[in-house]
Amino acid sequence: MTRTAANSASVAAKPRLTTSAMIASIASEGQRTKPAPFGHALIALARSRPDIVGMTADLGKYTDLHVFAREFPDRYYQMGMAEQLLMGAAAGMAHEGFTPFATTYAVFASRRAYDFIHQTIAEENLDVKIACALPGLTSGYGPSHQAAEDLALFRAMPNLTVIDPCDAHEIEQVVPAIAAHRGPVYMRLLRGQVPLVLDEYGYRFELGKAKVLRDGAEVLVISSGIMTMRALEVAQALEADKVGVAVLHVPTIKPLDAETILQEASRSGRMVVVAENHTVIGGLGEAVAGLLLRSGVTPKFRHIGLPDEFLAAGALPTLHDRYGISTEVMSTRIKGWL
Amino acid sequence: MQSNPLGHKVDLAERAYRIRRNALKMGEVQGQGYIGQALDIADVLAVSYFHAMRYRPEDPAWEERDRFLLSNGHYAIALYAALIEAGIIPEEELETYGSDGSRLPMSGMASYTPGMEMSGGSLGLGLTIAVGMCLGLRRKSSAARVYTLFSDGELDEGSVWEAIMSAGHWKLDNLIGIVDVNNQQADGPSTQVLAFEPLVDKLEAFGWFVQRVDGNDLDAVVAAFDAARNHAAQKPRMIVCDTRMGCGVPFLEAREKNHFIRVDAHEWQLALEALEAGRTQ
Repeated sequence: MTRTAANSASVAAKPRLTTSAMIASIASEGQRTKPAPFGHALIALARSRPDIVGMTADLGKYTDLHVFAREFPDRYYQMGMAEQLLMGAAAGMAHEGFTPFATTYAVFASRRAYDFIHQTIAEENLDVKIACALPGLTSGYGPSHQAAEDLALFRAMPNLTVIDPCDAHEIEQVVPAIAAHRGPVYMRLLRGQVPLVLDEYGYRFELGKAKVLRDGAEVLVISSGIMTMRALEVAQALEADKVGVAVLHVPTIKPLDAETILQEASRSGRMVVVAENHTVIGGLGEAVAGLLLRSGVTPKFRHIGLPDEFLAAGALPTLHDRYGISTEVMSTRIKGWL
Repeated sequence: MQSNPLGHKVDLAERAYRIRRNALKMGEVQGQGYIGQALDIADVLAVSYFHAMRYRPEDPAWEERDRFLLSNGHYAIALYAALIEAGIIPEEELETYGSDGSRLPMSGMASYTPGMEMSGGSLGLGLTIAVGMCLGLRRKSSAARVYTLFSDGELDEGSVWEAIMSAGHWKLDNLIGIVDVNNQQADGPSTQVLAFEPLVDKLEAFGWFVQRVDGNDLDAVVAAFDAARNHAAQKPRMIVCDTRMGCGVPFLEAREKNHFIRVDAHEWQLALEALEAGRTQ
């Protein structure tokens, strides 16, 4: 498999932004990207699925639902800046046989509208697909827009499937897959110019499946979302130091692919590092740790994630360095743990 | 006598009596229940199920039915009483109310009970679901309406006002909201816990067609439901129903007002007798 020169270049010379803008690109300089993969995938799906409707709470433009709105204006519901209403109304739509894709920011779905998702959607196992932008630390705007705990909250909700896709290639496949799945889904959303990485690995998304993207003898990184992109860059960087890093991508946070995770973590001699764009409390790291311990699989285990604190405002690359989820800091820490 | 859209002649006073009786019998099973509320809303439920709504008792999921959302899930005892009277739930299940394994839990949940269209309990949900249902029905060009019952205490919830504003925005003329103003919520009189008056003015300002009636006056409730259904303007409709907790059982109606009216074990039978004494044949 080949990696692009852009990926290497991004590790070496990442430009530093200086503002705490709400919307910041997670793409490295020169990285291949695709525009609005969620919106375009939803359009493609909706052509053959008349039951699909789009609903948002004043964030159509910022969740890429605006492209769907342009294509299907009569299937687009602007619900206003009212996330509780958005979720209840999406439940009502699902009651009537439609499959709503409801979008907002991850902070608002998880923290403001939780009870509405819990009671009106999940408890009745309704076909509502919730797609939320700015997951984890993908905004430098401060805690109001940093959804560091969304996975912990949504993992704890019965009936809910939880997806953390890595890139544009994956998002395009996640959209039809979750629409085909019966039941509610929470999907972390990357929007705007979204990095394109996994196509180079011949990757196919399957709901509920973890996939080995590359093998390595010394370290197994288990990751989801944008951290898989980082993990692949780390693996490439450590290759130069003769350190073999395997990457197991786990886009479905719930239900967890226990079989694949146990199989890979059981291979002797490898340190397991879970890397997540999420607080270290209650996300993929603790899910994997709990699985391993319950199964009697106890490799050397390390955890890369966001600290249990209100994160700072600032430029995203600065914050990713500070909180240890940038490629450079991850590489250094993993080498130090060996 | 009233005629309902199903074409049957039904005596609404008798229906309301039987809804109250069913509710009291369920309360007796558990020795508790939100009986004050069940008694106050029985007339509204009688008009809903035996005058206004289209449904098929043998097929509670009939696509063309009018939907009934119980936002105030603790009123489940009242809705079960109506669903039993409507033939959607067998009368013998009344004995299981609130028991382990029953289809009639104390708080209404859609997955448990035929005819229960939403899971309540957490207050302030119903109107938000109703907005989505009404938009969905409009998408399907369905003539069905969504009746949504909620309580005055729920007016404290911000989500209720999100939904009220949204229904006005979308001009949801297939939505008929019913708010039970019994002026009693968990911590005291609703108007004192958080002032919501002048309610009619507020709702009208949000773009609704609003009527306010004595919710225990069957003729007034019938007239309000008829006016709500027949109103020409493309607006959501709200019927503000002022009700009396314990209505139909004088000694409960006179009891000190409380969100959860206390009924002692021996009083359930007395309540049934008092209800029977006031029955209009």
